[in-house]
Amino acid sequence: MIVLQQLINGLQLGSIYSLIALGYSMVYGIIMLLNFAHGDIIMVGGYIALLIIGAGIHPAVAIIAAIVGCMVLACVIEKAAYAPLRKAPRISLLITAIGVSFFLENVAQLLLSANPRSFPNTAIIPTANFNLGSLNISLTTLVTLAVAIVSMALLTVLVNRTKMGKAMRAVSEDMGAAQLMGINVNRTITFTFAIGAVLAGIGAILYCCKYPQVKPTTGYLLGMKAFVAAVLGGIGSIPGAMLGGLAIGMAEVIVNALGYTTWADAVVYVILILVLLIKPTGFLGRTMSEKV
Amino acid sequence: MAESELMLQAQDLNVYYGSIHAIQGVSFTVNKGEIVTLIGANGAGKSTTLNTISGLLRSKTGSLTFQGENIGGMAPHAVVRKGIIHVPEGRRIFSKLTVEENLEMGAYTRPGRELNDAIAGVFDRFPRLQERRKQVAGTLSGGEQQMLAIGRALVSRPSLLMLDEPSMGLAPILVEQVFSIIQEIHRSGVTVLLVEQNARMALSIADRGYVLETGRVVLTGPGKELLANDSVRKAYLGS
Repeated sequence: MIVLQQLINGLQLGSIYSLIALGYSMVYGIIMLLNFAHGDIIMVGGYIALLIIGAGIHPAVAIIAAIVGCMVLACVIEKAAYAPLRKAPRISLLITAIGVSFFLENVAQLLLSANPRSFPNTAIIPTANFNLGSLNISLTTLVTLAVAIVSMALLTVLVNRTKMGKAMRAVSEDMGAAQLMGINVNRTITFTFAIGAVLAGIGAILYCCKYPQVKPTTGYLLGMKAFVAAVLGGIGSIPGAMLGGLAIGMAEVIVNALGYTTWADAVVYVILILVLLIKPTGFLGRTMSEKV
Repeated sequence: MAESELMLQAQDLNVYYGSIHAIQGVSFTVNKGEIVTLIGANGAGKSTTLNTISGLLRSKTGSLTFQGENIGGMAPHAVVRKGIIHVPEGRRIFSKLTVEENLEMGAYTRPGRELNDAIAGVFDRFPRLQERRKQVAGTLSGGEQQMLAIGRALVSRPSLLMLDEPSMGLAPILVEQVFSIIQEIHRSGVTVLLVEQNARMALSIADRGYVLETGRVVLTGPGKELLANDSVRKAYLGS
């Protein structure tokens, strides 16, 4: 029973990581950028929801505002910081992403102070527990799983069935050829950032409901773990990101359950190192020749 | 062609890769309804010329006019909307997308309601593609991939079709097939700008040809005339 209980906990945490890892993977797939500012977008989403609920506005508005806010922020970052570097070496792009990450963290610290604020999680998902035998499942867990599954299913449909989704796949495979089809590459890239950020916004709300506090560095560790999840699954691969997220969530929960709580974060990095040493392409990644 | 209505005019193109001056003052024209070919050795600037027309590269000087409209400096996706389709060298099909999805990408600029008709038209021309419509394009043979690349260009109903080395890497029988397809497409009313290393085949189907050497046009004339020209024979036809 304890195993099943931990399995459910792992799924909950893992599905949040999956949602966030998808943003890393999709953006990497399309412009080969490890967007390290992605984690900080989550932090911004958390603050937006927190502040709006704090102002006494309906939580539904807060959720929508957080998701839309993440999306708009990601599009602005892409247009302002990344688009001008479209033809620059990839390392410039990477350093820019790290710079954007620091910028967001420090602006948050300046405006909202470095102190953690408690997140009104019960305003979004009321406290409730269901007991199945000795199994104890919270409403938060159920909502998290349901929302994550629906989001990922919608994403899969979007990417595989819609014109924009197909264009995304075409651009990520061959940007030049995609342009020759009449695909507006810049718009497709912005769209990809927007989708990744929407998933991050959803992930932000779910994460803050599980760990109800927000601080300027919230996105740092969470982003790192999601990044490891994306690498583990095979960066660039959408199903890989989903799988990698679940695996990292599980690993963390197992380490915690075994009593090595202080080691949980370290284990995630050990996984990263092992993946890079043994199978850099991850579960589902493809061996990629350097794109010119 | 009885009426020689000017379709594409390239004037004084100069294109650089960093410090390398790849195209040096190239000018040429394509009239409506023609097959025009650019021939020349590796590195003569043929592909660069096509990439400049389709907007992937920029010319520092000169002008590009298509059906009376300036297309110089236009983004590639905007050039496509004008009716110029470029089938790039090496086919560049989307290998992870299915055959059908590749064709849908080709029709990206067309309204959705035309999609099925356009794709059905390509399947009529290339029945092999229909058999493999759900297959991932990377699993097709080289010949089939070239059919897909051409089919993908046709779904957008281009007025000017630019083909870059369509015969490259194909068995001789397939080369003949590709050239007869090009002639068929031409007969259906599409103007063709053809870049080829296979100069003999290209000149034999072309109305006019331009010979490029190290980024310059060194010779021009009707296809048959170039085919008979001594210096062309020596340099490109191996006789």
